Amino acid sequence: MAEERRPKQCTVVLPTESMKAMAESIGVGQLQEESCAALSEEVSYRIKDIAQDALKFMHHGKRCKLTTSDIDHALKLKNVEPLYGFQSQEFIPFRFASGGGRELHFYEEKEVDLSDIINTPLPRVPLDVSLKAPKEQQKTESTEPLKAVKPGQEEEGAIQKGQGATSAEAKGKKDGLMRMKPRSTHELSVEQQLYYKEITEACVGSCEAKRAEALQSIATDPGLYQMLPRFSTFISEGVRVNVVQNNLALLIYLMRMVKALMDNPTLYLEKYLHELIPAVVTCIVSKQLCLRPDVDNHWALRDFAARLMAQSCKTFSTTTNNIQSRITKTFTKSWLDDKTQWTTRYGCIAGLSELGPDVIKTLILPRLTVEGARIKAVSDGPVVSNIDKIGADHVQSLLLKHCASVIAKARPLPDNVEQYRADYGYLGPMLCSHVVKARAQAALQAQQVNRTTLTITQPRPTLTVSQSGIGGSGGSRTPSIIKVPSSLTLMSTRPGTPTQPSPPATKYIVMATSSGSSSTQQVITRTSSSVTSTVASATSTLQPLVKLESGGSGGLGGSRPLQKYIVVSLPSSSSLESKSGVLPPSSSASPILLEARIKVDCSDSPGASTQSPH
Amino acid sequence: MAAVQDGQLNMEVEKDIKTEITNDGSGNINANSSSPGSTSSGGKSKSPAGSGEDQQTLLAVLQFLKRNKLTESVDILRREAGLSADADDSPVSDSAGAGSGGVPNVSADGGDANSLLSRVSIATPVAPPATAPPKVVAASGGEDQPDVNVVLSAYSQQGDPVLYPLYYNGLKKFIESVLDCHRAELSQVFYPLFVHMYLELVYNNHENEAKQFFEKFSGDQECYYEEDLRILSSMSKKEHMKGNETMLDFRTSKFVLRISRDSYQLLKRHLQERQNNQIWNIIQEHLYIDIFDGMPRSKSQIDAMSGSLAGEGKRDANKAKVFYGLLKEPEIEVPLDDEDEEAENEEGKPKKKKPKKDSMGSKSKKQDPNAPQQTRIPLPELKDSDKLDKIMNMKEATKKIRLGPDNLPSICFYSFLNAYQGLTAVDFTDDSSLIAGGFADSTVRVWSVTPKKLRRVKSAADLSNIDKESDDVLERIMDEKTASESKILYGHSGPVYGISFSPDRNYLLSSSEDGTVRLWSLQTFTCLVGYKGHNYPVWDTQFSPYGYYFISGGHDRVARLWATDHYQPLRMFAGHLADITCTLFHPNSNYVATGSADRTIRLWDVLTGNCVRILTGHKGPIHSLAFSPNGKFMASGATDGRVLLWDVGHGLMVGELKGHTDTIYALKFSRDGEILASGSMDNTVKLWDTLKAFDDVELDDFTAATGHIHLPENSQELLLGTYMTKSTPVIHLHFTRRNLLLAAGAYNP
Repeated sequence: MAEERRPKQCTVVLPTESMKAMAESIGVGQLQEESCAALSEEVSYRIKDIAQDALKFMHHGKRCKLTTSDIDHALKLKNVEPLYGFQSQEFIPFRFASGGGRELHFYEEKEVDLSDIINTPLPRVPLDVSLKAPKEQQKTESTEPLKAVKPGQEEEGAIQKGQGATSAEAKGKKDGLMRMKPRSTHELSVEQQLYYKEITEACVGSCEAKRAEALQSIATDPGLYQMLPRFSTFISEGVRVNVVQNNLALLIYLMRMVKALMDNPTLYLEKYLHELIPAVVTCIVSKQLCLRPDVDNHWALRDFAARLMAQSCKTFSTTTNNIQSRITKTFTKSWLDDKTQWTTRYGCIAGLSELGPDVIKTLILPRLTVEGARIKAVSDGPVVSNIDKIGADHVQSLLLKHCASVIAKARPLPDNVEQYRADYGYLGPMLCSHVVKARAQAALQAQQVNRTTLTITQPRPTLTVSQSGIGGSGGSRTPSIIKVPSSLTLMSTRPGTPTQPSPPATKYIVMATSSGSSSTQQVITRTSSSVTSTVASATSTLQPLVKLESGGSGGLGGSRPLQKYIVVSLPSSSSLESKSGVLPPSSSASPILLEARIKVDCSDSPGASTQSPH
Repeated sequence: MAAVQDGQLNMEVEKDIKTEITNDGSGNINANSSSPGSTSSGGKSKSPAGSGEDQQTLLAVLQFLKRNKLTESVDILRREAGLSADADDSPVSDSAGAGSGGVPNVSADGGDANSLLSRVSIATPVAPPATAPPKVVAASGGEDQPDVNVVLSAYSQQGDPVLYPLYYNGLKKFIESVLDCHRAELSQVFYPLFVHMYLELVYNNHENEAKQFFEKFSGDQECYYEEDLRILSSMSKKEHMKGNETMLDFRTSKFVLRISRDSYQLLKRHLQERQNNQIWNIIQEHLYIDIFDGMPRSKSQIDAMSGSLAGEGKRDANKAKVFYGLLKEPEIEVPLDDEDEEAENEEGKPKKKKPKKDSMGSKSKKQDPNAPQQTRIPLPELKDSDKLDKIMNMKEATKKIRLGPDNLPSICFYSFLNAYQGLTAVDFTDDSSLIAGGFADSTVRVWSVTPKKLRRVKSAADLSNIDKESDDVLERIMDEKTASESKILYGHSGPVYGISFSPDRNYLLSSSEDGTVRLWSLQTFTCLVGYKGHNYPVWDTQFSPYGYYFISGGHDRVARLWATDHYQPLRMFAGHLADITCTLFHPNSNYVATGSADRTIRLWDVLTGNCVRILTGHKGPIHSLAFSPNGKFMASGATDGRVLLWDVGHGLMVGELKGHTDTIYALKFSRDGEILASGSMDNTVKLWDTLKAFDDVELDDFTAATGHIHLPENSQELLLGTYMTKSTPVIHLHFTRRNLLLAAGAYNP
């Protein structure tokens, strides 16, 4: 061992190129090769000498790490002025560059703007040294006669534990002083992990029946609170990805998950609103939610999400978090902006309207005139684009629908068309007729317009999951959702999942299966040639879903094969695998985050729309 | 000392020559008759006409001058005395076969007359039959550099660089071929030979040959020399040798080897048969071979003792008598009575005498025969407060737990948190009421670990206001307002490496990288004195157990003994070949132990300033020392992770405790000496059964006389417990008066 190493010690010297580079840096141009060699030997020797002295300082400093100050002190020993300004807390890697046949290692030195340094707030003062000793021992020492401990097996363990505790305490104290919450991990049992996987798969999968069951499970099962952080992350991440991809169907699925979570009486979502609200708001106001805005019914999603928003405002808004007012402000702000597109405008109005008649009265009614003029400009003016026209139409019907009932209640009876036109401008006459209708309906106690539910907009060819003679009910439905994640027997049912689809037109292709690793990538695509109707457009926009997951069961997804793949990243599932899932930092900064997110969603959409062919 | 030893050695040499080589006239003449030195290689020229005695005197003067490096004076004297070099050199150079040209050569001046003689007597006989001598002599004449360091010029003699590996290899082959019992002993020669041959090559500008030589043979050396080899390897030019301390160490001190007579004869015969002058010269000049009669030592025996920078300690270096016994405890007049009550009573209340003299049997009135005279060195008078403290100490001692393998101490660990500044030194007071820490940011911090807060004396203005007649004046002078659990002492301008409380807890010493030792008052929490003397970092300082004196040692290789009321040192202990890394007073305050980076421990007599023990065996810089409470034994810990136990009286290694994996920074004996606790950089505290360790060693007369001890391999039996910290290197250990073990270190996240 030693024999192999020592010869190297003898020969290690700085390369002569370094000498040349250094010489150049101080203005000596042409250095003879011999001079370089001589210099490099000399310099190497001096460096080694200094390093050996520096080691002494390290040893006496009772450290294992050589620091720059050790080298400074070693230089001082030799009566050499130490180098100043070379202290750095971080590790500074050498950068490497080559060119012109030369290789250089250098520090990257950034230019520092002094004003930046001056203006940055001062860092926290580091804590002072403190002394720590285990309490009971101190007592022992000061008062009681000393208890000697025999280090047998148990006692020794105890002592060692005691010592460990010392350090642990020390650590605890430190953390306490830094006012950091102790980090707690929420581990999920294997059953819960499987349950989570099944549920999320079903919720975003192609099988409507399974989804219904899954949502039902989310909405009713008690004891999901442990998985709540994962679900909320799943939803927020899913929305984030799918909004960019304009994947309407998945967004709808995710919103339904939100709805189901909200409906669950055993769950309290307040801690997760920082993730959920941005997701929901995104689904309300995003400029584009689907690939073909002229055809796809993204309006329904906006309505649905707006209702969710209103619901959560009602449930969670308090005087401290001010959710409702902040949401209202957000909506109003972007609605008032002239440049806002019709889609976003629609979302804002829908979001506001759902917040209740008071909001409509104070915020929407005063703007009916302006909005009417805008709609008129689109419908009467030259045909700019079909999309604008559709948007304007939808905004118009939305306004009429919501405002009518409010006006009906608030306005004294004589419904004069001219009066309406005077008050509300372009929309006046239509409002008038709606108000009349509304009054009539109110008279009939039919309070509300029958709202379209999501299921209407999503007529899907149901993948009839006729899993060999399985009846319909209860725990005997093998491939479906396991309601109580309790037993490992469900392992046996899992292999069935990918093999379900029976329609002949459907083809599942497993693209890659890496058997060795725990995560198996399965891409299952379904040729959706059978699905052609425009009604089912939502379905056909389904993207193939590539999932990273732990088990062998594949992610389901159906789509036209030509569409690009999106990756739904499931960060929580990976943390599930490692069993060390960590609670996402429930920071108090969530409101900021929320607003920022909304802004991003509103303004980033043009970029997203340029990507899409439409 | 060296002279005497050399003398013995050379007597033999001469004898050998006489018996073995009879055909060489000049050699014999030189050796027998004209012994005061007509030499060629030595360059000690003298007039042939001078009478023997005159010459001898002159020669002695010359040698003295040379030893003191007064080369010019040497030249002048030589000229004045008419010692024409040319004249008297010629006959010898004839026989030697080459013209050294009478150039005065300083190469041989390392030794004294006898050694010089012996060299000549050896060198000349072998001259004629071989081709080597011309080279040798030519070389010796070749380089004379009056102004270059004389030390260096010893290397001026020069052989054919190409032959060096051959020489070395030849010797290696020879040693490998000898009987097993001799091989281990003779192998000791390898390392110093290697070093000196390498240095010679470097000195004579054979850079490439030196490198090749190094590469070829450095692997053969014992692994514990690796550090030094690393330094050597970086030295590849003559210019590097100037100012390199390690090199100077090799040069100025002879590497000491202990070899049995038989082995030595074997080696000598071989070298003479082969006419291997190069090697023989090195052995003569740079090695000190301590020959003993008796069985050659085994490999393990040799390994146990070797490893230091300059070989083993000479046997006679450890011959001086050391009074390791304890001083008699002063009679405390205040008698102590009713023991039952005394626990409740405050120490202020006078009591009757000695209820516990039994428990401290060793400290009874009878003087220990091994103890020094009570007044051998003057010790400070006991003050009243000291007596009170002694009484407290005794009281505590009655409650002391008797430790043993079945009764191990509890350990209380004091962790320093947030010590980003780097905790470099820790000390506890003897009564465990205060902790002091030295930090790399130049501060010293003192903590009180009892509920009693640290108070400083009021300022002078405030003091003038208080009633000096009141009974509680001592309380009144303390400033309650600024009382706190810890105080910071500012004053140093470099990392604080050593720290020590005075026994009376009134003072604190700290030594720092800035080259000063500072004395702090723990009444006012201000600096009282800065002791300047070391110009380089002071690695350690330590108060005497009786106060007043203290010792400091540092990078300048000199340990200094100070008294607190003198701003200049009372003694300077010079002799270490590298930094003094740790210092410690013997419990009787008459001796001082220093550990060094040259891997030796030296014990110095405070009274005379002599070095009375040189203890070798560590393979790395020594970082901790501890005396057993009875003063008879010493423990030392080094960077190699081993603890060595020493018998101070005999100067022998008596035990080796292996187990730590990193530098041992803390060692402490329990109050009764049954347990040794060691704390290390590897985040552990280990407890060792020292009673057993000392019992297991059988000290017969022979081993005591020769120092050739068979170390029992019983580290594992002696290890009583290992206690891990989570991530806190153990920097200091302390047994309270009741035998609770306190440890301290900085938590290192």
